Amino acid sequence: MPSAADTSADSEPVKDEAREALLESIVGDLGSVVVETRLDPGHDLWVRVARESWAAVAEYFHEEQRCRYFDWLSVMDWKQSPFGRSMDSEVENQLNTEPEEEAAESDYTETGADGYAGGETRFQIMARVSSLSTGLGVNLKADLPDDDLTIDTWINSYPGANWHEREAFEMFGVSFNGHPKMQNLYLPTDFEGFPLRKDYPLVARMVKPWPGIVDVEPMPEVEEPAKETPLGATTSNPQDGGVQ
Amino acid sequence: MMLAAIEFAYWQTTIFKLILALVVVLGAAGPSVYIYLFKMVSFMQSRLGPMEAGPYGSMQLLAEVGKSAQKEDIVPERADRFVFKAAPYVVLISTFLLALVVPFGPDAVFVDLDVGIFFALAVSSISVIGILMAGWASASKYSLLGGLRAAGQLIAYELPLVLAVVGVVIQAGSLNMQKIVDAQIQGEIFGQSVIGNPFILTQIIGFFIFMIAVQAELTQVPFDMPIAESELVSGYMTEYSGFRFLMFFIGEFATANIFAFMASVLFLGGWGVPQSLMDAIPGLATEIGVDGNIIYSNAFNVIGPIIMLAKMFALTFIIYWVRFTFPRFREDQLQKFAWKVLIPLALVNIAITGVLKVVF
Amino acid sequence: MTAINDRRQLAYAAAQATDARVNIELEAEGMTLNIGPQHPATHGTLRIIVRLDGEQVIEADPVMGYMHRGYEKLTEVRTYPQVTTLINRIDWVSSFANEVPFILAAEKLMEVEAPPRAQWIRTILFELGRIANVSMFLGDMGVQLGAVTPMFYALRDREFILNQIEAATGGRFHPNFDRIGGLKDDLPAGWIEDTRLALDKMEYFCQQVEDLVIGNEIFEQRTRGIGIIPADVGLSYGLSGANIRASGVDWDLRRDNPVGLAWDQVDWRVWTHPDGDSFARYWVRLQEVRESCHIVRQLLDGLPSGPIMAKVPRVVKVPEGEAYVACENPLGQMGYYLVSQGGLTPFRVKVRTASFSNMSITPWLLKGTYVADVITILASLYFILGDLDR
Repeated sequence: MPSAADTSADSEPVKDEAREALLESIVGDLGSVVVETRLDPGHDLWVRVARESWAAVAEYFHEEQRCRYFDWLSVMDWKQSPFGRSMDSEVENQLNTEPEEEAAESDYTETGADGYAGGETRFQIMARVSSLSTGLGVNLKADLPDDDLTIDTWINSYPGANWHEREAFEMFGVSFNGHPKMQNLYLPTDFEGFPLRKDYPLVARMVKPWPGIVDVEPMPEVEEPAKETPLGATTSNPQDGGVQ
Repeated sequence: MMLAAIEFAYWQTTIFKLILALVVVLGAAGPSVYIYLFKMVSFMQSRLGPMEAGPYGSMQLLAEVGKSAQKEDIVPERADRFVFKAAPYVVLISTFLLALVVPFGPDAVFVDLDVGIFFALAVSSISVIGILMAGWASASKYSLLGGLRAAGQLIAYELPLVLAVVGVVIQAGSLNMQKIVDAQIQGEIFGQSVIGNPFILTQIIGFFIFMIAVQAELTQVPFDMPIAESELVSGYMTEYSGFRFLMFFIGEFATANIFAFMASVLFLGGWGVPQSLMDAIPGLATEIGVDGNIIYSNAFNVIGPIIMLAKMFALTFIIYWVRFTFPRFREDQLQKFAWKVLIPLALVNIAITGVLKVVF
Repeated sequence: MTAINDRRQLAYAAAQATDARVNIELEAEGMTLNIGPQHPATHGTLRIIVRLDGEQVIEADPVMGYMHRGYEKLTEVRTYPQVTTLINRIDWVSSFANEVPFILAAEKLMEVEAPPRAQWIRTILFELGRIANVSMFLGDMGVQLGAVTPMFYALRDREFILNQIEAATGGRFHPNFDRIGGLKDDLPAGWIEDTRLALDKMEYFCQQVEDLVIGNEIFEQRTRGIGIIPADVGLSYGLSGANIRASGVDWDLRRDNPVGLAWDQVDWRVWTHPDGDSFARYWVRLQEVRESCHIVRQLLDGLPSGPIMAKVPRVVKVPEGEAYVACENPLGQMGYYLVSQGGLTPFRVKVRTASFSNMSITPWLLKGTYVADVITILASLYFILGDLDR
């Protein structure tokens, strides 16, 4: 993907003293708890912390950094989906030039999570808090080892984390220590599996393959598919039109 | 009595009165539902209301009745079947009993009781029993909450209703509703008898308390907590369907009319016109009977109901206007309003009326 | 009119609510009442299990998911243009506002910027969506409190706004009009004048609501001092939008973080209310509709000319990276955390919806209130079920 705006980003490396100062104070205060950070000037700040001090970090941001606003909390699954995008149509396959290699390349088992601020494990917990006085938000991450998907709850610092943690629990199977009601939020109580994990199939696509992009004219970048290629179930084929 | 004058047998007059009662209760309810509930409210809410059934939607009510009559009469499994089924009748009985004592003309009254207004206020509470029965027997929590709310509310608003009437009774010097009408026709204000003495002028506080209490008795907004469709789904009516639901519905709107009739008797001069007007128009002159009673022209047995109907429509307009304008109270606010505002106000009104009665 | 004049009275109401919250725990076991999933007050399929002592709520436990559609999973198998069609349905009353943060997040990763005219039109449609959405609230609150008439006024006048949205985008409810790098189409001829007329209607509606509802004694009795949310509690629960502004927090992403939209180029103000009760939330939303009309008028006056689409390749591939963009949606702060690995589809989209966080305060807030107040509070928090369940 050619990005024309690369140069513009270089030409103004100024402006973000606020976030740099914030990052400095975070690193200074938390010390070794901070594993890795990433600063996107003018945009956002990512801080990856040690899993053991996840609750303490919340306490720190709530009390010391005055980040009183709890934004959201969720989990990332960095595994590549074994099912691809479940788009089986010819057009899709032609558009999608190098699906296999890409998948292998960025599998977390090889290189670790390749998101901002890095990561070593498949699951990462993510949360965002904001300070209203400065208007700056911080994205916090922590690695969750595969064999122990538990982490401390944030409820003591941010009561609003309650439902977000329940959602993470049912969708990813991450359990939160000290949460008063670790039950499913959206899903039925007896639901099996963790739907937002990448290895959980999207059953609708298994039952009925996605027809893909059928309602647009052929893409200019790709060669037009041959006329006799069946594009999928819902394509309007003139021969279906019913001469009979 | 006019009916007696034509020498019907007792059973004939009874049947005649029964049919007339049905006409009065249901016949008045139909048009008022159409005019107010369907059309006026629609115009207030910038819509047209029913337009398809009959000319200008006038047959809509019949369609609704037909629809409800066809529906299955569902009784919840856990419900107390007998009580559940009987409840709508109890509510409707209260409505019919109310209609009994309301005079529509000098002779056009079903029963001319000497304690007419007392009787009316007594039987109006029967509907509470029906509502409680419905709420309890439905075996639904929403119904139960609705029924309990209704009981609390109706009992709380009986009192201001009675106390508001007491002022009128003191002024008229009688519990008989015909005598109350008499007093208003013959009465005078500060020596002026041009417009008689409709008690709305002297009992304006009583009138407002009466109308507010009526609104609460009818469980209409702003006092519709027993129904409260956004909280209790439909309160005590939740589990009812088909014809039984329709009976609650009829009971509600027919009672609104009857209360409006009663209010027009108590405060607006009932079926009569001021004595000065009667004297001015040849056919309407009154005579003094042998025992000193005032005998009104027989024409009032025809004009009277029309006058009553006009007054009733004017009052029901207010009832529905309020209903579709205000939000509802909360249960505790309603009780506070009854006990802390209406009842003291009614007592003060009674005291003032009593003092003035003695002075003048 | 803007605040309870007697501050002590409000403090007293708040203290009473706190007492009730604590004392109700000590009461004996009560009756369990299921409010929902099919109940008029939940406008959708939300279920709230309340344990009642008489009419007082001992414990309220919202149960949701009856409409959970799994957007976060579905977005992973759709291309970027397809995703906007899908996320239209999250908050279905102001769909266009759902598209904008996602498009902005994708644009941020692609490092493209929509041309000024597109940004202005986006802002106009965004604000029209807000007017359409919040006017529904202004009417619905009346219905929940027993006054049905404001709802009809709201439906009547919202129609004009929806017509304008339809005229511009082709869709009354689900425009799917926003594209990465700009917009699908320019505005049709004569649209600007028509929109001004629609705004006239809306301003008249606001005046009607103010006369009919705000000035009503019973409405005040039912909402003043009911469901008081202190600012710090609201923030820690992640409340946003008018809910938090009604608690006196002067915070609006439109002003504080106007990413890629034109709010910073017009003159408007953020309304707050110090009380934090249901009345304050209603009042703030009413003022916001008026302010939105004001914003749209200015935007219509100063609409720049130029292209409406930046140069974007036909097949949208978003470069690797992560971005979080949040916008001040009608319901509150809505954000998308977008993770891309350079493909045709997002790798992961975390949808942060306003209603979800706004409603997470309900177990705390409903404790110790009366059944009638449950309805008031739910209505005043204003959630759209699609936004809550995603």
